[in-house]
Amino acid sequence: MTALEPISELKLEGITKRFPGVLACDGISLQVRRGEVLALVGENGAGKTTLMNIIMGLYRPDSGTIHVNGEEVHFHSPGDAYARGIGMVHQHFMLVPNMTVAENLALGLKELHHFMNLDIKGAAKRIREVSERYELPVNPDAYIWQLSVGEQQRVELVKTLCLGARLLILDEPTSALTPQETDDLIVRLQRMASELAIIFISHKLNEVKALSDRVSILRHGAVVFNGQTANHEPSELAALMTGHDVVLPRNEGSGVQGEALLSVQNLCVRGDRGNLVLDGLNLELRAGEVLGMAGVSGNGQREFADALAGLRPVESGQILFGGKDLANCTPREIIHAGMGYVPEDRQTEGIVPSFSVKDNLILKDFAEPRFSKMAFLRKKEIDSNAEALKERFDIRCPSTSTATGSLSGGNIQKVILAREISRGPKALVAVYPTRGIDMGAQEFIHEQLLARRREGIGILLISEELEEVMNLSDRIAVIYKGKILKVLPAVEATRERLGILMAGLADPDTPGDAQAEVPAGAAHE
Amino acid sequence: MNRNKILYSGAIILAVTLIAALLVALVLYSIGASPLATYKTILTGPLSDLFGVTEVLVRSVPLMLVALGIAISFRSGILNIGAEGQIQMGVIASTAMALAMPHAPKAILLPAALMAGALAGALWGGIAGWLKAKLQVNEILSTVMLNYIAAQVYTFMLRGPMLDPNELETGSGTPQSMRLPEMAFLDTLVPGTRIHMGLILALVAALLVWMLLWKTTLGYRMRTAGAGAKAARYAGIPVERYLIVAMLMAGGFAGLAGAVEVSGVHHRAIEGISSGYGFAGIVVALFGALHPGGIVPSAVFFGILLIGADMTQRSASVPANMVLVLQGVIILSIVSAQSFLRNPYAQERFFRWFARFSASARKAGKGAQS
Repeated sequence: MTALEPISELKLEGITKRFPGVLACDGISLQVRRGEVLALVGENGAGKTTLMNIIMGLYRPDSGTIHVNGEEVHFHSPGDAYARGIGMVHQHFMLVPNMTVAENLALGLKELHHFMNLDIKGAAKRIREVSERYELPVNPDAYIWQLSVGEQQRVELVKTLCLGARLLILDEPTSALTPQETDDLIVRLQRMASELAIIFISHKLNEVKALSDRVSILRHGAVVFNGQTANHEPSELAALMTGHDVVLPRNEGSGVQGEALLSVQNLCVRGDRGNLVLDGLNLELRAGEVLGMAGVSGNGQREFADALAGLRPVESGQILFGGKDLANCTPREIIHAGMGYVPEDRQTEGIVPSFSVKDNLILKDFAEPRFSKMAFLRKKEIDSNAEALKERFDIRCPSTSTATGSLSGGNIQKVILAREISRGPKALVAVYPTRGIDMGAQEFIHEQLLARRREGIGILLISEELEEVMNLSDRIAVIYKGKILKVLPAVEATRERLGILMAGLADPDTPGDAQAEVPAGAAHE
Repeated sequence: MNRNKILYSGAIILAVTLIAALLVALVLYSIGASPLATYKTILTGPLSDLFGVTEVLVRSVPLMLVALGIAISFRSGILNIGAEGQIQMGVIASTAMALAMPHAPKAILLPAALMAGALAGALWGGIAGWLKAKLQVNEILSTVMLNYIAAQVYTFMLRGPMLDPNELETGSGTPQSMRLPEMAFLDTLVPGTRIHMGLILALVAALLVWMLLWKTTLGYRMRTAGAGAKAARYAGIPVERYLIVAMLMAGGFAGLAGAVEVSGVHHRAIEGISSGYGFAGIVVALFGALHPGGIVPSAVFFGILLIGADMTQRSASVPANMVLVLQGVIILSIVSAQSFLRNPYAQERFFRWFARFSASARKAGKGAQS
């Protein structure tokens, strides 16, 4: 724990790392100094995480050197990196939920471990010092499981600083945060940046723009761009990141909207803790429209989607779909009624990770005559189906026999979307369809959703990215505490107006509009 | 790429087996036995004559059947530790069925006895499956407890209702049932040895299990329920139902193993008939990568170990229980190898170490030359 001298500069030169069949890092050179935020952006699989693992001593580079303060270093473990003041906050938090904040810190601080005695008070004291100094409020005695995701993120930062890190590597720190928590984190990081060096990994370019001084773009393991963030527009960076111009498609409106397809009336659903999470929700989805559902996550979106898919019991109310009430039907019945569902949890709910791509593509249809005959699977049909969908949906995998869980998030989402769309649903529920997905895949997924809209499918898009909702939707419903607060045409929506509604406040544009009112556009009209 | 991966995994497993053998060699050495002689006896002794080979196969039959059932249950996401009890229930039921119809023709009696055994095992396993599906009772707990119950039921039946009347009148009172009518015997394959038709049955069963798991929609459902319960529910597969189905099948195979032991080898229910096949079957299934194609050779391999252990006891005066030690070490090694294969960091570290090691070895070699 005795840092030789505070880290003032980290320099990578010509870092190359080869894995069987992949060149993960191809001669990467980077430099970051104290008082500076370097954004490292790139699509999934561009080599960002491998590079960071090399800095932290988890991997050794095949060639290339790492210099700290001008002196060459060889790290053999994260402990070595910490000893020189380099620390990393991983995308998935490394915290023990049933321990307190102080206990979690004590896990990593050997000097607090005395014979038969663990100095928890010392850990708490150190947390208080660091959290005051860097304005990161954290209660050392709180249990991790009691904290929100945003608070856990702060704990990770404090922990890393307590361990002596003065160069922070943040691997997609905002991927699990709500928009409010993200804004808060960015402000705090800006304040901290003067005393530290920060490497900020992200593919959310507006965050990169807001936080970083310089930006380096990785593509296929090589640095393709270095520059001052201030001099470049996000669209320019996006093009460099993906290798082509990225124009996120927009809903051009004027679609012929058909009749009501899905009509939800007075839906009440209980959450995991037994409380009513949906409390009389009314909503109507029409054929040929994208209905965006905006809201801060945790206001009942997940439970709503679960109930629509038959995965959560409905307490009361109706889900009318094609003249049939689907409330409390089995998932199978709902699938057969023509409902498609892109779930929030794509890693373990949308796919079986250990199954091949082709097996995941028939997850809902394996028993249909197309893929089976007399209880036997038709291998040839399954293979050709997979090849066709791989082509059509641009699923990038070594082969359709590859385990789906080993693909990047964007490609997993394409597998799910390919399956759900190719089944020819009447309605599609998509929950956070592009969360944590890189620009290229995001563009593709948006195009696909809009194309389905033109074909007359009704799409319910649940998202917390306002830009996504505003770009794609015909109408936008704002959900707050289990009710639809307001449904408004997308053309009338602005970031500010939606933000105010999402906070549960009355709509400023329609005087007298109150929370409790039955929302406009509800099914009773 | 895929093929390289298989080769790589195979090499790791082989290395791990060697490490396990080395560890056991240490134990052997410490009890004063010669590790080399012991291994030689274990591995070559059983295969040195026809009798040894057939005995190995006799042992491998119940192991194969039990392991096939274990593979089905593990693949479906439920860990069946209860094969031992299911075997015993199978033995009781098939013996009772065979004794109940002493004059029935073979075409009826033999299948009826085997079916009864499979059915009883299935019901015994099904209890654990039902408890798990309906009441979320941990299956490890329930199957182990069912083992205890089955053991007591078995002891009671052999000493009470099913005890051979002749034993009471003229015999020593050995707890065993009456001898089965000959119409309930599985035919011997090689005259003069104990190898029987059960071997063919087990091989056919292996083929059927492979087809079931990888070629049918039922197998797809079961594997989906096991590999991703959440995704299975999302796709409209009632996971709980397939937990019960899996336990019925797993129990059925264990019960069939018991029935085959009775009809093929002992021709009556005796004490200790299973001799741990229910637990060894788990090892066989894991060693065979939960795949019928791996389970068949793995069952034969464990058959060799069992017979070899008997031989070492006689020739090298090493306790036969040493095989249990070997089994335990093998399980631990396999589990470690699997987590090693899943952990890229550990592999990276290993290769780094290996590269350094081989580099210094080369240097040393050059130094020696010059």
